[in-house]
Amino acid sequence: MKKVILGMTATAAVLLAACGASDVAGEGGEGDTIKLGSMFELTGDVSAYGTAEANAVSMAVEEINAGGGVDGKQIELTEYDTKSQDTEAASAATKLATQDKVSAIVGPATSGATKAAIPSVNRAQVPLVSPSATDDSVTLDDSGNVQPYVYRVGFQDSFQGVSLATFAEGDLEAKSAVILGDNSSDYAIGLSKTFKENFDGEIVAEENFTADESDFSAVLTRIRNEDFDVLFVPGYYEQAGLIIKQAREMGIEQPILGPDGFGNETLIDLAGAENVSDIYYTAHFSMSSDEPEVKEFIKNYQEQFEAEPDMFSALAYDSVYVIKQALEEAGDTSPEAVNQALENLSDFEGITGIFSFDENHNPVKSATIVEIQNGEEVNATEVSPE
Amino acid sequence: MENFVQQLINGLSLGSIYALLALGYTMVYGIIKLINFAHGDVYMVGAFVGYYVINYLNVGLIPALLLSMTFTALLGVVIERVAYRPLRNSSRITALITAIGVSYLLQNGMIYLVGPGVRSFPQVVNNTLYQIGSFQISQMQLLIFGTTIVLMGALQFVVQKTKLGKAMRAVSIDSQTAELMGINPNAVISFTFLLGSALAGAAGVLVGMYYNSIDPMMGYAPGLKAFIAAVLGGIGIIPGAMVGGFVIGLIEVLISGYGNSMIRDAVVYGILIIILVVRPSGILGRHVKEKV
Repeated sequence: MKKVILGMTATAAVLLAACGASDVAGEGGEGDTIKLGSMFELTGDVSAYGTAEANAVSMAVEEINAGGGVDGKQIELTEYDTKSQDTEAASAATKLATQDKVSAIVGPATSGATKAAIPSVNRAQVPLVSPSATDDSVTLDDSGNVQPYVYRVGFQDSFQGVSLATFAEGDLEAKSAVILGDNSSDYAIGLSKTFKENFDGEIVAEENFTADESDFSAVLTRIRNEDFDVLFVPGYYEQAGLIIKQAREMGIEQPILGPDGFGNETLIDLAGAENVSDIYYTAHFSMSSDEPEVKEFIKNYQEQFEAEPDMFSALAYDSVYVIKQALEEAGDTSPEAVNQALENLSDFEGITGIFSFDENHNPVKSATIVEIQNGEEVNATEVSPE
Repeated sequence: MENFVQQLINGLSLGSIYALLALGYTMVYGIIKLINFAHGDVYMVGAFVGYYVINYLNVGLIPALLLSMTFTALLGVVIERVAYRPLRNSSRITALITAIGVSYLLQNGMIYLVGPGVRSFPQVVNNTLYQIGSFQISQMQLLIFGTTIVLMGALQFVVQKTKLGKAMRAVSIDSQTAELMGINPNAVISFTFLLGSALAGAAGVLVGMYYNSIDPMMGYAPGLKAFIAAVLGGIGIIPGAMVGGFVIGLIEVLISGYGNSMIRDAVVYGILIIILVVRPSGILGRHVKEKV
């Protein structure tokens, strides 16, 4: 029955999305604007990321337009909601690339949805820049060749897995680890895999949970009886916050390592600040940075959306500026020219770091491992790409 | 062994939540043979009401519970009046589909109103951990368990000992005959929704407090599991919902604790299928011949 329901909502979503898009397309004439597509998870399971990213994208576009646009042309943004469903992501990408004829697409937030959009952008030959699709295989096809039209601004999972494993062995001197991951997401599976491959110590136990869970007491009771040095939780803050709370209340005192999915203020609220000690996670962006651009971004975001920006919004913000730089370097708004410029993009200076794209369309930048004690960010360690 | 006792404690607190929710499913089913799929979302609304009253009115746990229960009770009555009553004489599938519609309306309505993100629940109760021998029990777990027992006792009293309860039982056995005896079935049905939704509201606040996390989609999975609990115990039977809730909670925890956490949900949904095939009337159900 759930399938039927999903089917019905999906149909309704297509209808709604179609109505929304025609309104936007009605404004502005051909030629004097640059069309940019935005597709994010505005509703559904992962809408927290999608909304944060879509907000930052529209903010970046407004800023660029207010500053005179790109080469004197205003950017016209066409937005779609992917409903946190992969099928919707595929159809939104097709619509943006073929009907709306955009120069480039920003989004979606998650790896699964980005992969679903790839066949559409390949067929239409329109570049797509995902802010936070961190799964390694996103920019590669099945035989390991680079996907010609897909780029990402956040570093890939294998880099996170390697950084965390190195950090656990080096800085934390861990000899054994327990992994507690979300077995329903590509993200957690990829992270667990690279962590296991790069961690020289022993993996004492590997446990799983699913994304809609909130009670981890059973699994944690089991973990409590194991002998280990670090707990690695590849997952997002919604679950991680609860896991940290329940683990610490239960008396699990070992350091907890996490990926970039921990990077949200809500993590500390969910866990309770007194429980968030000895937590280490990889970050794309540090809120406590002194860079004027970062401060400016945080201030503007707070003013416009009355919410704290997180690294997802920071990555999405940079994604728009990456496309802007490509548009300027190309001097042309055709998708093919923009793609060419993205391929050769180098020394981009954004709020998430300075980077160039490597041959696999991944950004070459360093990861920051943030340490949290009593709910406060106390230390940040840079881990550079090898 | 100590681990086992610890897991039983974990299971009972999870099971209490399922039991509170299952009661709402079962009462509504018992009286109008409708599976109210919006019930899980009423629970979600209850959690949000608790969140807002604690944050903005600065009240403690008990007033927050009562306010939230009042709000969800009214919401339940409104849902019944607006969405289900006009379909009282339509086929059961029509009402079922409407229930799914109401569920989506509440979820997406809340996403529109409060945003999709997860938020933390204000902590008004100090979550002290009690060490009894070698196992631990938290104050929240005791509170959840205690509140559930009190609410179930109150419900049992209302249904068995009061005049309205008698009317509910009469309508559930035969609505037309009850009407001939001077009972207003619509009022009784509204009352049933009121009770069931109030319990869901209480469960919402307790869960918010226990896990410290609420979001507009939080009602979906517990709603389905509570439905399974209701079927397991025997849908339409109030003590069955309690038994079913505790059994599902314990099964989940024991599978995660001793088996493989990956197959937990598969087992729980598998139970639904087995029960429907082998014993559709549930653990406490009796086989009742259809009247012709």
